Amino acid sequence: MIGWLVLIILVVLVFAAIGIFNNLVVLRKRCDSAWAQIDVQLKRRYDLIPNLVETAKGYLKHEREVLENVTKARQQAIDVSGVKEQAKAENMLSSTLKSLFAVAENYPDLKANQNMLALQEELASTENKISFSRQHYNDVVLDYNTKIEQVPSNVFATVFNFKAREFFEVEDAAEKKAPKVSFT
Amino acid sequence: MANLYTATAANKRNSFFITAALTAVFVVLGYFLGRYWGSGYGGVFIAFLVALVMSLSAYYSGDKMVLGISRAKRIEKKDYPQLFNVIEELAIAGGLPMPAVYVIDDTAPNAFATGRDPKHASVAITTGLMQKLNRDELQGVMAHELSHVGNRDILYATMVGILVGSIAMMSDFFLRSFFWGGGRRRRSSSEGGAAGAIFVVIAIALAVLAPIFTKLLQLAVSRQREYLADASAAKLTRYPEGLASALQKISGDQEVLEVANRATQHLYIVNPIKPFEKRASNLFSTHPPIQDRIARLRAMK
Repeated sequence: MIGWLVLIILVVLVFAAIGIFNNLVVLRKRCDSAWAQIDVQLKRRYDLIPNLVETAKGYLKHEREVLENVTKARQQAIDVSGVKEQAKAENMLSSTLKSLFAVAENYPDLKANQNMLALQEELASTENKISFSRQHYNDVVLDYNTKIEQVPSNVFATVFNFKAREFFEVEDAAEKKAPKVSFT
Repeated sequence: MANLYTATAANKRNSFFITAALTAVFVVLGYFLGRYWGSGYGGVFIAFLVALVMSLSAYYSGDKMVLGISRAKRIEKKDYPQLFNVIEELAIAGGLPMPAVYVIDDTAPNAFATGRDPKHASVAITTGLMQKLNRDELQGVMAHELSHVGNRDILYATMVGILVGSIAMMSDFFLRSFFWGGGRRRRSSSEGGAAGAIFVVIAIALAVLAPIFTKLLQLAVSRQREYLADASAAKLTRYPEGLASALQKISGDQEVLEVANRATQHLYIVNPIKPFEKRASNLFSTHPPIQDRIARLRAMK
């Protein structure tokens, strides 16, 4: 009788352990795929920029510098490696793009160009996708990091070497500010 | 915002209990009605059969039926690039697969989501809503719809709808046959006297009350899920004002969505049948009062 009881308890414990372990694996996989999703969106932005520069070139003859900055920042972002440096280069690219669009405001012909309008929507959306994919990455990292600190999964995390992931942090102080809200 | 996570967990728990409770009501009703017709277990069996057939058909083609009734047309990215982009962005934010996007050609502003799970989800939006909203507001509305997808509300709403519908159908069938052919039936039943009369009374009481109570339960849950989808939408966009201002615009609109009816009204982001919206706080509404939703969203900041 006691023997059976011990056996049943053991079986239950083994299944519980498998469940906890698999849950950790799933959460870690989610972090990986969320991270990969950020890269997909960054790559999409790299692909859109040459088109944008090409379209804007004809209209912005006197604003060479702005265009060159965008091209340069793009190249830098592609070349650089390491999470921190990457983030820095991406922020740089974002700000050069912002100044390009700001300059474009002064050129009504460029603003009215169908190609430019479509590219502007695509780039704006890609910027959103980049920040949303980062947000999603942070969401799943939060789940994962919480799980590996909680009892009892922390035991498995230590034994099987599940390491906490770094959050994606915005470097630029200006980007941390909450968006302004206006009531209309 | 911290209690949003607990709200999602509670949502799942409630889904389970309510589905179980509705199934229990369904089976008990089936038993007593069956008892009246001569076989309690036969009644339970028929009740299950009805529920099974309806569930399966709704599970596999409910979304197509709803989209068909609403005359929604499937669109590609090139048709409405901005709408498509907004939905893509939110699918990324929520870690959901990209749903199929449909457009309803109607000037009344509204939107809904349907499908059995995130992999087979569809979102539909009227052309009127697209024209009236700016990008932030559109994002808020689509975040609300994708939250219904992410919270698994769409399948649940369909399932509960079927159970409630089946209960109503069975009761209706029973009451009609009782009033129009009751005497003959009762004579042929094997039971007689006081025991038989008690069963008849219970069966009638159940047939009258069960549809009302289950309907009220369904509506209460539907309202709760609207609040939760609003909160989840704010979590996705991190910008509750977008949805709040969209709701404001939609509520101020007087147009009536012609393709919406009683069967599909609970799916939409705001109740498309306007007279209901006016007394929206009462028990028979599928949606919470829109001003209250706006107030809750604005309190999140």
